[in-house]
Amino acid sequence: MILENKLYISSWCSIKNGKIVLNGDVVFASETIDFNGFSKESYKSLEVNYPKFFKMDNLSKLAFLGAELLLKDVVDAQKENNIALVLSNQSSSLDTDAKYHESIADKQHYFPSPAVFVYTLPNICLGEISIRHQLKSENSFFIFDAFNPAFMADYANILLQTGKADQVLCGWTELMGDQYEAFLYLVGTQGEIENTQQNLETLYTR
Amino acid sequence: MKAVFISATNCITPIGFDVAENISAIESGKSGIGRFENELMENPFYSAIVDQNKLDLRFDQISKVDNYTKLEMMMIVALAPVIAQSKSKLDDKTVLILSTTKGNITALETNNIPQAQLSELAQTIARFFNFKTEPIVVSNACVSGILAVAIAKRMIQANVCDDAFVVSGDVVSEFVLSGFNSFQAMSDAPCKPYSANRTGVTLGEATAAVYVTSDPTNAKAKILGDGAINDANHISGPSRTGEGLFRSIESAMKEANIEAEQIDYISAHGTATPFNDEMEAIAFNRLGLQNVPVNSLKGYYGHTLGASGLLETVIGIESMNQSRLYASMGFDELGVSQPINVIAQHSNATIDIFLKTASGFGGCNTAVLFEKVK
Repeated sequence: MILENKLYISSWCSIKNGKIVLNGDVVFASETIDFNGFSKESYKSLEVNYPKFFKMDNLSKLAFLGAELLLKDVVDAQKENNIALVLSNQSSSLDTDAKYHESIADKQHYFPSPAVFVYTLPNICLGEISIRHQLKSENSFFIFDAFNPAFMADYANILLQTGKADQVLCGWTELMGDQYEAFLYLVGTQGEIENTQQNLETLYTR
Repeated sequence: MKAVFISATNCITPIGFDVAENISAIESGKSGIGRFENELMENPFYSAIVDQNKLDLRFDQISKVDNYTKLEMMMIVALAPVIAQSKSKLDDKTVLILSTTKGNITALETNNIPQAQLSELAQTIARFFNFKTEPIVVSNACVSGILAVAIAKRMIQANVCDDAFVVSGDVVSEFVLSGFNSFQAMSDAPCKPYSANRTGVTLGEATAAVYVTSDPTNAKAKILGDGAINDANHISGPSRTGEGLFRSIESAMKEANIEAEQIDYISAHGTATPFNDEMEAIAFNRLGLQNVPVNSLKGYYGHTLGASGLLETVIGIESMNQSRLYASMGFDELGVSQPINVIAQHSNATIDIFLKTASGFGGCNTAVLFEKVK
Protein backbone atom coordinates (compact mmCIF):
# COMPACT_ATOMS: atom_id res chain seq x y z
CA MET A 1 0.00 0.00 0.00
CA ILE A 2 1.24 3.50 -0.85
CA LEU A 3 1.38 5.86 2.12
CA GLU A 4 1.08 9.64 2.02
CA ASN A 5 2.94 9.93 5.31
CA LYS A 6 5.18 7.40 6.97
CA LEU A 7 3.76 5.63 10.00
CA TYR A 8 5.77 4.25 12.86
CA ILE A 9 5.78 1.69 15.62
CA SER A 10 6.28 3.85 18.71
CA SER A 11 6.46 1.03 21.29
CA TRP A 12 6.01 -2.72 21.52
CA CYS A 13 5.91 -5.50 24.06
CA SER A 14 5.80 -9.25 24.25
CA ILE A 15 4.45 -11.59 26.89
CA LYS A 16 5.57 -15.20 26.55
CA ASN A 17 7.50 -17.96 28.31
CA GLY A 18 7.09 -16.28 31.70
CA LYS A 19 8.65 -13.06 30.50
CA ILE A 20 7.39 -9.57 29.77
CA VAL A 21 9.55 -7.55 27.43
CA LEU A 22 8.87 -3.86 26.76
CA ASN A 23 10.71 -2.14 23.89
CA GLY A 24 13.41 -4.79 24.07
CA ASP A 25 13.92 -4.69 27.86
CA VAL A 26 12.78 -7.45 30.22
CA VAL A 27 10.44 -5.76 32.72
CA PHE A 28 9.17 -8.89 34.46
CA ALA A 29 10.17 -12.55 34.57
CA SER A 30 8.78 -15.49 36.47
CA GLU A 31 9.28 -19.26 36.77
CA THR A 32 5.53 -19.80 37.13
CA ILE A 33 4.30 -22.07 34.34
CA ASP A 34 0.52 -21.75 34.64
CA PHE A 35 -1.00 -18.65 33.11
CA ASN A 36 -3.27 -17.96 36.08
CA GLY A 37 -0.33 -17.63 38.44
CA PHE A 38 1.84 -15.81 35.93
CA SER A 39 -0.87 -13.26 35.09
CA LYS A 40 -1.46 -12.57 38.79
CA GLU A 41 2.25 -11.97 39.39
CA SER A 42 2.43 -9.76 36.29
CA TYR A 43 -0.53 -7.72 37.46
CA LYS A 44 1.22 -7.11 40.78
CA SER A 45 4.60 -6.30 39.28
CA LEU A 46 3.05 -3.78 36.87
CA GLU A 47 1.29 -2.15 39.84
CA VAL A 48 -2.05 -2.18 38.08
CA ASN A 49 -4.90 -1.27 40.37
CA TYR A 50 -7.96 -2.57 38.55
CA PRO A 51 -9.93 -5.23 40.47
CA LYS A 52 -12.06 -6.07 37.40
CA PHE A 53 -8.93 -7.79 36.07
CA PHE A 54 -9.70 -10.80 38.25
CA LYS A 55 -13.11 -11.30 36.67
CA MET A 56 -11.68 -11.52 33.16
CA ASP A 57 -11.00 -14.71 31.26
CA ASN A 58 -7.40 -15.55 30.45
CA LEU A 59 -7.43 -14.19 26.90
CA SER A 60 -8.69 -10.85 28.19
CA LYS A 61 -6.09 -10.86 30.97
CA LEU A 62 -3.32 -11.44 28.44
CA ALA A 63 -4.52 -8.68 26.08
CA PHE A 64 -5.22 -6.37 29.02
CA LEU A 65 -1.66 -6.72 30.38
CA GLY A 66 -0.14 -5.98 26.98
CA ALA A 67 -2.39 -2.94 26.52
CA GLU A 68 -1.54 -1.74 30.03
CA LEU A 69 2.19 -1.77 29.25
CA LEU A 70 1.77 0.30 26.09
CA LEU A 71 -1.09 2.63 26.98
CA LYS A 72 -0.53 3.66 30.58
CA ASP A 73 1.81 6.50 29.65
CA VAL A 74 0.10 7.30 26.35
CA VAL A 75 -3.56 7.69 27.29
CA ASP A 76 -4.41 11.12 28.70
CA ALA A 77 -7.46 10.73 30.95
CA GLN A 78 -8.23 14.44 30.57
CA LYS A 79 -9.07 14.18 26.88
CA GLU A 80 -10.39 11.93 24.13
CA ASN A 81 -7.86 9.41 22.90
CA ASN A 82 -8.65 8.10 19.44
CA ILE A 83 -6.57 4.94 19.71
CA ALA A 84 -8.04 2.10 17.64
CA LEU A 85 -7.70 -1.53 18.76
CA VAL A 86 -6.83 -4.24 16.24
CA LEU A 87 -5.96 -7.59 17.78
CA SER A 88 -5.67 -11.05 16.28
CA ASN A 89 -4.95 -14.64 17.25
CA GLN A 90 -5.28 -18.24 16.13
CA SER A 91 -7.58 -19.79 18.71
CA SER A 92 -10.24 -17.10 19.03
CA SER A 93 -11.86 -17.59 22.47
CA LEU A 94 -11.59 -21.40 22.33
CA ASP A 95 -9.92 -21.57 25.75
CA THR A 96 -13.05 -20.13 27.38
CA ASP A 97 -15.35 -21.84 24.85
CA ALA A 98 -14.06 -25.20 26.08
CA LYS A 99 -14.65 -24.18 29.71
CA TYR A 100 -18.17 -23.04 28.88
CA HIS A 101 -18.80 -26.24 26.92
CA GLU A 102 -17.84 -28.31 29.99
CA SER A 103 -20.55 -26.51 31.96
CA ILE A 104 -23.27 -27.72 29.57
CA ALA A 105 -21.86 -31.07 28.37
CA ASP A 106 -23.06 -33.13 31.31
CA LYS A 107 -26.79 -32.82 31.99
CA GLN A 108 -26.24 -34.01 35.57
CA HIS A 109 -23.89 -31.09 36.18
CA TYR A 110 -25.47 -28.43 34.01
CA PHE A 111 -24.49 -24.93 35.12
CA PRO A 112 -24.16 -22.49 32.19
CA SER A 113 -22.99 -19.17 33.55
CA PRO A 114 -23.47 -15.80 31.87
CA ALA A 115 -20.19 -14.64 33.45
CA VAL A 116 -18.35 -17.34 31.48
CA PHE A 117 -20.51 -17.22 28.32
CA VAL A 118 -19.82 -13.53 27.72
CA TYR A 119 -16.12 -14.35 27.29
CA THR A 120 -16.81 -16.88 24.52
CA LEU A 121 -16.10 -14.12 21.98
CA PRO A 122 -12.55 -13.01 21.15
CA ASN A 123 -13.48 -9.33 20.87
CA ILE A 124 -14.49 -9.13 24.54
CA CYS A 125 -10.83 -8.39 25.34
CA LEU A 126 -11.14 -5.31 23.10
CA GLY A 127 -14.14 -4.23 25.17
CA GLU A 128 -12.15 -4.71 28.38
CA ILE A 129 -9.27 -2.58 27.09
CA SER A 130 -11.71 0.06 25.76
CA ILE A 131 -13.39 0.32 29.17
CA ARG A 132 -10.13 0.42 31.09
CA HIS A 133 -8.66 3.25 28.98
CA GLN A 134 -12.00 4.83 27.98
CA LEU A 135 -11.26 4.35 24.28
CA LYS A 136 -14.37 5.06 22.22
CA SER A 137 -12.59 4.02 19.06
CA GLU A 138 -12.48 1.66 16.07
CA ASN A 139 -12.01 -1.94 17.10
CA SER A 140 -11.86 -5.31 15.40
CA PHE A 141 -10.62 -8.80 16.14
CA PHE A 142 -9.12 -11.02 13.43
CA ILE A 143 -8.25 -14.70 13.31
CA PHE A 144 -5.28 -16.07 11.36
CA ASP A 145 -3.29 -19.31 11.41
CA ALA A 146 -0.30 -17.33 12.63
CA PHE A 147 0.64 -13.69 13.22
CA ASN A 148 0.03 -11.95 9.88
CA PRO A 149 2.41 -8.96 9.71
CA ALA A 150 1.42 -8.04 6.13
CA PHE A 151 -2.27 -7.68 6.93
CA MET A 152 -1.68 -6.08 10.32
CA ALA A 153 0.65 -3.44 8.87
CA ASP A 154 -1.83 -2.62 6.10
CA TYR A 155 -4.91 -2.47 8.29
CA ALA A 156 -3.37 -0.16 10.91
CA ASN A 157 -2.08 2.09 8.13
CA ILE A 158 -5.57 2.22 6.57
CA LEU A 159 -7.15 3.34 9.87
CA LEU A 160 -4.53 6.06 10.29
CA GLN A 161 -4.48 7.26 6.68
CA THR A 162 -8.27 7.55 6.50
CA GLY A 163 -8.39 9.49 9.75
CA LYS A 164 -10.42 6.79 11.51
CA ALA A 165 -7.82 6.78 14.31
CA ASP A 166 -4.87 8.82 15.59
CA GLN A 167 -2.98 5.77 16.84
CA VAL A 168 -3.62 2.02 16.60
CA LEU A 169 -2.88 -0.57 19.27
CA CYS A 170 -2.22 -3.76 17.30
CA GLY A 171 -1.16 -7.23 18.11
CA TRP A 172 -1.28 -10.97 18.40
CA THR A 173 -2.84 -12.34 21.59
CA GLU A 174 -2.94 -16.13 21.48
CA LEU A 175 -3.95 -18.23 24.45
CA MET A 176 -4.97 -21.87 24.84
CA GLY A 177 -4.62 -23.47 28.27
CA ASP A 178 -1.19 -22.56 29.62
CA GLN A 179 0.16 -21.82 26.14
CA TYR A 180 0.15 -18.08 25.70
CA GLU A 181 1.89 -15.56 23.51
CA ALA A 182 1.22 -11.85 23.19
CA PHE A 183 2.95 -9.35 20.94
CA LEU A 184 1.44 -5.87 21.01
CA TYR A 185 2.60 -2.62 19.50
CA LEU A 186 1.42 0.93 19.04
CA VAL A 187 1.36 2.56 15.60
CA GLY A 188 1.15 6.30 14.93
CA THR A 189 2.92 9.21 13.31
CA GLN A 190 5.77 9.26 15.85
CA GLY A 191 8.63 6.83 16.26
CA GLU A 192 11.70 5.45 14.58
CA ILE A 193 10.65 2.03 13.32
CA GLU A 194 8.43 2.18 10.25
CA ASN A 195 5.19 0.18 10.44
CA THR A 196 6.03 -2.33 7.72
CA GLN A 197 5.58 -6.07 7.32
CA GLN A 198 9.35 -6.55 7.46
CA ASN A 199 9.83 -4.58 10.67
CA LEU A 200 6.90 -6.31 12.34
CA GLU A 201 8.34 -9.71 11.42
CA THR A 202 11.67 -8.70 12.93
CA LEU A 203 10.14 -7.42 16.17
CA TYR A 204 7.80 -10.39 16.45
CA THR A 205 10.51 -13.02 16.05
CA ARG A 206 13.04 -11.24 18.22
CA MET B 1 -10.85 7.84 -2.54
CA LYS B 2 -11.89 5.23 -5.07
CA ALA B 3 -15.52 4.09 -5.21
CA VAL B 4 -16.29 0.59 -3.93
CA PHE B 5 -19.40 -1.41 -4.78
CA ILE B 6 -21.29 -4.55 -3.88
CA SER B 7 -22.10 -6.26 -7.16
CA ALA B 8 -23.33 -9.73 -6.27
CA THR B 9 -25.24 -10.98 -3.23
CA ASN B 10 -26.76 -14.19 -1.88
CA CYS B 11 -28.17 -15.61 1.32
CA ILE B 12 -29.17 -19.00 2.69
CA THR B 13 -31.87 -18.78 5.34
CA PRO B 14 -34.83 -20.78 6.67
CA ILE B 15 -37.11 -18.82 4.29
CA GLY B 16 -35.07 -19.02 1.13
CA PHE B 17 -31.94 -20.32 -0.58
CA ASP B 18 -31.40 -17.27 -2.76
CA VAL B 19 -32.19 -13.56 -2.54
CA ALA B 20 -35.36 -13.72 -4.69
CA GLU B 21 -36.83 -16.52 -2.54
CA ASN B 22 -36.08 -14.53 0.63
CA ILE B 23 -37.65 -11.35 -0.73
CA SER B 24 -40.74 -13.20 -1.86
CA ALA B 25 -41.09 -14.77 1.61
CA ILE B 26 -40.72 -11.36 3.28
CA GLU B 27 -43.26 -9.86 0.85
CA SER B 28 -45.77 -12.53 1.84
CA GLY B 29 -45.09 -11.97 5.54
CA LYS B 30 -43.49 -15.35 6.12
CA SER B 31 -41.17 -15.81 9.09
CA GLY B 32 -38.50 -18.48 9.44
CA ILE B 33 -39.07 -18.70 13.18
CA GLY B 34 -40.67 -21.88 14.49
CA ARG B 35 -41.22 -23.69 17.78
CA PHE B 36 -38.84 -26.53 18.61
CA GLU B 37 -38.89 -29.26 21.20
CA ASN B 38 -35.64 -31.18 21.08
CA GLU B 39 -32.40 -32.10 22.83
CA LEU B 40 -30.87 -28.64 22.32
CA MET B 41 -32.87 -27.12 25.17
CA GLU B 42 -34.60 -28.46 28.23
CA ASN B 43 -37.80 -26.59 27.40
CA PRO B 44 -39.50 -25.89 24.05
CA PHE B 45 -37.99 -22.85 22.33
CA TYR B 46 -38.39 -20.60 19.31
CA SER B 47 -35.68 -20.47 16.69
CA ALA B 48 -35.12 -20.10 12.92
CA ILE B 49 -33.39 -23.23 11.59
CA VAL B 50 -32.29 -24.09 8.03
CA ASP B 51 -33.75 -27.42 6.85
CA GLN B 52 -30.90 -29.95 6.60
CA ASN B 53 -32.55 -32.06 3.88
CA LYS B 54 -33.13 -29.07 1.65
CA LEU B 55 -29.53 -27.99 2.27
CA ASP B 56 -28.22 -31.48 1.41
CA LEU B 57 -30.12 -31.43 -1.90
CA ARG B 58 -28.81 -27.99 -2.82
CA PHE B 59 -25.26 -28.82 -1.77
CA ASP B 60 -25.38 -32.00 -3.84
CA GLN B 61 -25.77 -29.84 -6.98
CA ILE B 62 -22.44 -28.16 -6.19
CA SER B 63 -20.30 -30.95 -4.72
CA LYS B 64 -20.50 -34.68 -4.07
CA VAL B 65 -18.06 -34.50 -1.17
CA ASP B 66 -20.02 -35.15 2.00
CA ASN B 67 -17.73 -34.39 4.94
CA TYR B 68 -18.69 -30.74 5.42
CA THR B 69 -20.43 -29.37 8.50
CA LYS B 70 -23.81 -27.66 8.19
CA LEU B 71 -22.21 -24.23 8.49
CA GLU B 72 -19.59 -25.05 5.85
CA MET B 73 -22.28 -26.32 3.47
CA MET B 74 -24.35 -23.18 4.05
CA MET B 75 -21.33 -20.96 3.42
CA ILE B 76 -20.34 -22.82 0.24
CA VAL B 77 -23.91 -22.76 -1.10
CA ALA B 78 -24.11 -19.02 -0.35
CA LEU B 79 -20.77 -18.22 -1.98
CA ALA B 80 -20.91 -20.40 -5.10
CA PRO B 81 -23.30 -18.26 -7.19
CA VAL B 82 -21.67 -15.02 -5.96
CA ILE B 83 -18.27 -16.23 -7.18
CA ALA B 84 -19.79 -17.38 -10.48
CA GLN B 85 -21.54 -14.02 -11.07
CA SER B 86 -18.48 -11.98 -10.09
CA LYS B 87 -16.24 -13.17 -12.93
CA SER B 88 -13.37 -12.52 -10.50
CA LYS B 89 -10.06 -14.15 -11.41
CA LEU B 90 -9.58 -15.24 -7.77
CA ASP B 91 -5.92 -14.34 -8.13
CA ASP B 92 -3.35 -13.14 -5.60
CA LYS B 93 -5.19 -9.80 -5.30
CA THR B 94 -8.56 -11.36 -4.38
CA VAL B 95 -9.34 -11.98 -0.71
CA LEU B 96 -11.90 -14.05 1.13
CA ILE B 97 -13.18 -12.41 4.31
CA LEU B 98 -15.12 -14.79 6.54
CA SER B 99 -17.07 -13.52 9.49
CA THR B 100 -18.65 -15.57 12.24
CA THR B 101 -19.05 -15.53 15.99
CA LYS B 102 -18.96 -19.22 16.86
CA GLY B 103 -18.08 -21.01 13.59
CA ASN B 104 -18.07 -24.81 14.01
CA ILE B 105 -18.45 -24.59 17.79
CA THR B 106 -20.43 -27.87 17.85
CA ALA B 107 -17.10 -29.61 17.10
CA LEU B 108 -16.41 -29.26 20.84
CA GLU B 109 -19.10 -31.90 21.42
CA THR B 110 -16.77 -34.48 19.86
CA ASN B 111 -13.68 -32.79 21.32
CA ASN B 112 -12.54 -31.88 17.80
CA ILE B 113 -10.56 -28.74 18.64
CA PRO B 114 -8.99 -28.34 15.16
CA GLN B 115 -12.43 -28.29 13.53
CA ALA B 116 -13.61 -25.69 16.06
CA GLN B 117 -10.78 -23.32 15.02
CA LEU B 118 -12.14 -20.44 12.94
CA SER B 119 -9.02 -20.33 10.75
CA GLU B 120 -9.63 -23.99 9.87
CA LEU B 121 -13.20 -23.13 8.85
CA ALA B 122 -11.91 -20.31 6.67
CA GLN B 123 -9.24 -22.55 5.08
CA THR B 124 -11.91 -25.14 4.30
CA ILE B 125 -14.04 -22.59 2.45
CA ALA B 126 -11.00 -21.02 0.74
CA ARG B 127 -9.75 -24.44 -0.43
CA PHE B 128 -13.17 -25.37 -1.80
CA PHE B 129 -13.13 -22.36 -4.13
CA ASN B 130 -9.35 -22.32 -4.76
CA PHE B 131 -8.65 -18.88 -3.33
CA LYS B 132 -4.95 -18.04 -3.73
CA THR B 133 -4.65 -15.76 -0.69
CA GLU B 134 -4.88 -16.49 3.02
CA PRO B 135 -8.45 -15.95 4.23
CA ILE B 136 -9.15 -13.19 6.75
CA VAL B 137 -11.49 -14.05 9.62
CA VAL B 138 -13.37 -11.27 11.40
CA SER B 139 -14.83 -12.34 14.75
CA ASN B 140 -16.28 -9.28 16.42
CA ALA B 141 -19.46 -10.63 18.02
CA CYS B 142 -22.73 -9.60 16.40
CA VAL B 143 -21.23 -6.84 14.24
CA SER B 144 -18.93 -9.31 12.42
CA GLY B 145 -20.96 -9.55 9.20
CA ILE B 146 -21.34 -5.84 8.56
CA LEU B 147 -17.86 -5.03 9.87
CA ALA B 148 -16.46 -7.46 7.27
CA VAL B 149 -18.06 -5.33 4.52
CA ALA B 150 -16.38 -2.21 5.92
CA ILE B 151 -13.04 -4.04 6.08
CA ALA B 152 -13.37 -5.24 2.47
CA LYS B 153 -14.09 -1.71 1.31
CA ARG B 154 -11.18 -0.26 3.31
CA MET B 155 -8.75 -2.85 1.90
CA ILE B 156 -9.85 -2.21 -1.69
CA GLN B 157 -9.56 1.56 -1.25
CA ALA B 158 -6.03 1.14 0.10
CA ASN B 159 -5.11 -1.11 -2.87
CA VAL B 160 -4.30 -3.92 -0.47
CA CYS B 161 -6.53 -6.10 -2.64
CA ASP B 162 -8.46 -5.67 -5.91
CA ASP B 163 -11.67 -7.37 -4.87
CA ALA B 164 -13.12 -9.31 -1.94
CA PHE B 165 -15.69 -11.97 -1.24
CA VAL B 166 -17.34 -11.63 2.14
CA VAL B 167 -19.12 -14.63 3.62
CA SER B 168 -20.81 -14.59 7.01
CA GLY B 169 -22.48 -17.37 8.90
CA ASP B 170 -23.54 -18.79 12.21
CA VAL B 171 -25.67 -21.78 13.17
CA VAL B 172 -27.94 -22.46 16.12
CA SER B 173 -26.31 -24.76 18.68
CA GLU B 174 -26.83 -25.89 22.24
CA PHE B 175 -23.80 -23.71 23.03
CA VAL B 176 -25.38 -20.41 21.98
CA LEU B 177 -28.92 -21.32 23.04
CA SER B 178 -27.80 -22.17 26.58
CA GLY B 179 -25.61 -19.07 26.72
CA PHE B 180 -28.32 -16.60 25.74
CA ASN B 181 -30.70 -18.48 28.02
CA SER B 182 -28.26 -18.11 30.93
CA PHE B 183 -28.45 -14.35 30.34
CA GLN B 184 -32.24 -14.68 30.48
CA ALA B 185 -32.16 -12.95 27.12
CA MET B 186 -34.31 -15.50 25.23
CA SER B 187 -37.86 -14.67 24.24
CA ASP B 188 -40.57 -17.22 25.04
CA ALA B 189 -42.31 -16.24 21.79
CA PRO B 190 -41.05 -15.13 18.34
CA CYS B 191 -39.05 -11.95 18.94
CA LYS B 192 -40.76 -8.54 18.69
CA PRO B 193 -38.16 -5.84 17.95
CA TYR B 194 -38.98 -2.34 19.27
CA SER B 195 -42.32 -3.55 20.62
CA ALA B 196 -43.62 -2.68 24.09
CA ASN B 197 -44.29 -6.42 24.37
CA ARG B 198 -40.80 -7.60 23.49
CA THR B 199 -39.23 -10.14 25.83
CA GLY B 200 -35.86 -10.90 24.25
CA VAL B 201 -34.08 -12.55 21.33
CA THR B 202 -34.96 -15.48 19.13
CA LEU B 203 -31.83 -17.13 17.77
CA GLY B 204 -31.56 -18.07 14.12
CA GLU B 205 -29.09 -19.42 11.59
CA ALA B 206 -28.13 -18.17 8.15
CA THR B 207 -25.28 -17.48 5.80
CA ALA B 208 -24.86 -14.57 3.42
CA ALA B 209 -22.25 -13.68 0.82
CA VAL B 210 -21.39 -10.59 -1.21
CA TYR B 211 -18.82 -9.57 -3.79
CA VAL B 212 -17.06 -6.26 -3.08
CA THR B 213 -15.18 -4.56 -5.92
CA SER B 214 -14.13 -1.21 -7.35
CA ASP B 215 -15.46 -2.29 -10.77
CA PRO B 216 -18.84 -0.54 -11.25
CA THR B 217 -20.08 -3.18 -13.75
CA ASN B 218 -23.28 -4.80 -12.38
CA ALA B 219 -23.00 -2.79 -9.14
CA LYS B 220 -25.99 -3.17 -6.83
CA ALA B 221 -24.90 -0.62 -4.23
CA LYS B 222 -22.06 1.77 -3.54
CA ILE B 223 -20.45 1.69 -0.09
CA LEU B 224 -20.33 5.32 1.04
CA GLY B 225 -18.81 5.22 4.48
CA ASP B 226 -18.42 3.23 7.65
CA GLY B 227 -17.51 3.30 11.32
CA ALA B 228 -17.03 0.61 13.97
CA ILE B 229 -16.64 2.24 17.37
CA ASN B 230 -16.69 0.73 20.84
CA ASP B 231 -18.91 1.97 23.67
CA ALA B 232 -16.12 1.62 26.28
CA ASN B 233 -18.91 1.04 28.74
CA HIS B 234 -19.84 -2.59 29.45
CA ILE B 235 -18.91 -6.00 28.01
CA SER B 236 -22.39 -7.56 28.06
CA GLY B 237 -24.74 -4.61 27.72
CA PRO B 238 -25.00 -1.61 25.42
CA SER B 239 -24.23 1.93 26.51
CA ARG B 240 -27.33 3.65 27.89
CA THR B 241 -26.60 6.67 25.71
CA GLY B 242 -25.83 4.65 22.57
CA GLU B 243 -22.43 6.33 22.48
CA GLY B 244 -20.57 3.80 20.33
CA LEU B 245 -23.44 3.44 17.85
CA PHE B 246 -23.86 7.22 17.73
CA ARG B 247 -20.17 7.65 16.95
CA SER B 248 -20.11 4.80 14.43
CA ILE B 249 -22.98 6.36 12.44
CA GLU B 250 -21.40 9.80 12.77
CA SER B 251 -18.11 8.44 11.43
CA ALA B 252 -19.87 6.78 8.46
CA MET B 253 -21.82 9.99 7.68
CA LYS B 254 -18.70 12.11 7.87
CA GLU B 255 -16.87 9.85 5.43
CA ALA B 256 -19.91 9.73 3.11
CA ASN B 257 -20.26 13.48 3.45
CA ILE B 258 -24.03 13.31 3.91
CA GLU B 259 -26.57 14.76 6.35
CA ALA B 260 -29.16 12.89 8.40
CA GLU B 261 -32.01 13.97 6.10
CA GLN B 262 -30.39 12.20 3.13
CA ILE B 263 -30.84 8.78 4.75
CA ASP B 264 -34.03 7.16 3.43
CA TYR B 265 -34.07 3.92 5.38
CA ILE B 266 -32.32 2.30 8.36
CA SER B 267 -31.87 -1.44 8.56
CA ALA B 268 -31.19 -1.56 12.29
CA HIS B 269 -30.04 -4.29 14.67
CA GLY B 270 -33.26 -4.64 16.71
CA THR B 271 -32.57 -7.81 18.69
CA ALA B 272 -35.71 -7.28 20.80
CA THR B 273 -33.85 -7.26 24.10
CA PRO B 274 -35.09 -4.39 26.28
CA PHE B 275 -31.69 -2.65 26.42
CA ASN B 276 -30.55 -3.02 22.80
CA ASP B 277 -33.68 -1.59 21.20
CA GLU B 278 -33.83 1.27 23.71
CA MET B 279 -30.16 2.10 23.10
CA GLU B 280 -30.70 2.23 19.33
CA ALA B 281 -33.71 4.55 19.68
CA ILE B 282 -31.57 6.91 21.77
CA ALA B 283 -28.66 6.87 19.31
CA PHE B 284 -30.96 7.48 16.31
CA ASN B 285 -32.60 10.42 18.10
CA ARG B 286 -29.25 11.94 18.99
CA LEU B 287 -28.44 11.95 15.27
CA GLY B 288 -31.79 13.36 14.14
CA LEU B 289 -32.73 10.04 12.49
CA GLN B 290 -35.95 9.46 14.45
CA ASN B 291 -38.22 10.04 11.44
CA VAL B 292 -36.33 7.78 9.05
CA PRO B 293 -38.23 4.53 8.35
CA VAL B 294 -36.51 1.78 10.32
CA ASN B 295 -36.91 -1.96 10.62
CA SER B 296 -35.30 -4.96 12.21
CA LEU B 297 -35.36 -8.16 10.16
CA LYS B 298 -34.99 -10.33 13.28
CA GLY B 299 -38.74 -11.09 13.17
CA TYR B 300 -38.13 -13.01 9.91
CA TYR B 301 -34.76 -14.57 10.67
CA GLY B 302 -34.21 -14.42 14.41
CA HIS B 303 -30.82 -13.15 15.53
CA THR B 304 -28.29 -14.88 13.29
CA LEU B 305 -25.34 -13.50 15.29
CA GLY B 306 -22.27 -12.92 13.11
CA ALA B 307 -24.31 -13.47 9.94
CA SER B 308 -27.01 -10.92 10.78
CA GLY B 309 -25.19 -7.78 9.63
CA LEU B 310 -24.41 -9.18 6.19
CA LEU B 311 -27.76 -10.93 5.73
CA GLU B 312 -29.58 -7.71 6.59
CA THR B 313 -27.31 -5.77 4.20
CA VAL B 314 -28.23 -8.18 1.39
CA ILE B 315 -31.96 -7.68 2.10
CA GLY B 316 -31.44 -3.92 2.56
CA ILE B 317 -29.85 -3.65 -0.89
CA GLU B 318 -32.90 -5.40 -2.43
CA SER B 319 -35.17 -3.12 -0.45
CA MET B 320 -33.35 -0.11 -1.90
CA ASN B 321 -33.25 -1.37 -5.48
CA GLN B 322 -36.90 -2.51 -5.46
CA SER B 323 -38.05 0.71 -3.72
CA ARG B 324 -39.73 -1.32 -0.97
CA LEU B 325 -39.81 -0.76 2.77
CA TYR B 326 -40.45 -4.06 4.54
CA ALA B 327 -42.48 -4.27 7.72
CA SER B 328 -40.55 -4.85 10.93
CA MET B 329 -42.16 -8.20 11.74
CA GLY B 330 -43.39 -8.61 15.31
CA PHE B 331 -43.81 -4.89 15.82
CA ASP B 332 -47.09 -3.67 17.30
CA GLU B 333 -46.91 -0.92 19.91
CA LEU B 334 -43.75 1.22 20.23
CA GLY B 335 -41.78 0.13 23.29
CA VAL B 336 -38.79 2.47 23.38
CA SER B 337 -38.62 5.77 25.26
CA GLN B 338 -37.64 7.89 22.23
CA PRO B 339 -39.75 8.16 19.07
CA ILE B 340 -38.57 6.13 16.06
CA ASN B 341 -40.36 5.44 12.79
CA VAL B 342 -40.73 1.65 12.80
CA ILE B 343 -42.10 0.32 9.49
CA ALA B 344 -45.45 -1.27 10.36
CA GLN B 345 -46.48 -2.39 6.85
CA HIS B 346 -44.75 -3.07 3.56
CA SER B 347 -44.85 0.07 1.44
CA ASN B 348 -43.28 1.68 -1.63
CA ALA B 349 -40.65 4.38 -1.17
CA THR B 350 -37.72 5.85 -3.02
CA ILE B 351 -34.56 4.77 -1.25
CA ASP B 352 -31.37 6.40 -2.49
CA ILE B 353 -29.29 5.90 0.64
CA PHE B 354 -29.72 3.41 3.46
CA LEU B 355 -27.91 2.86 6.72
CA LYS B 356 -27.10 -0.57 8.17
CA THR B 357 -26.22 -0.76 11.84
CA ALA B 358 -25.32 -3.50 14.31
CA SER B 359 -24.20 -3.71 17.93
CA GLY B 360 -22.85 -6.55 20.00
CA PHE B 361 -21.23 -7.97 23.11
CA GLY B 362 -17.95 -6.37 24.03
CA GLY B 363 -19.51 -2.94 23.42
CA CYS B 364 -18.93 -3.10 19.66
CA ASN B 365 -20.99 -1.26 17.05
CA THR B 366 -20.79 -0.87 13.28
CA ALA B 367 -22.56 1.44 10.83
CA VAL B 368 -22.26 1.35 7.03
CA LEU B 369 -23.98 3.63 4.51
CA PHE B 370 -25.02 2.32 1.07
CA GLU B 371 -26.13 4.26 -1.99
CA LYS B 372 -28.24 3.15 -4.94
CA VAL B 373 -26.28 2.88 -8.20
CA LYS B 374 -28.07 4.78 -10.93
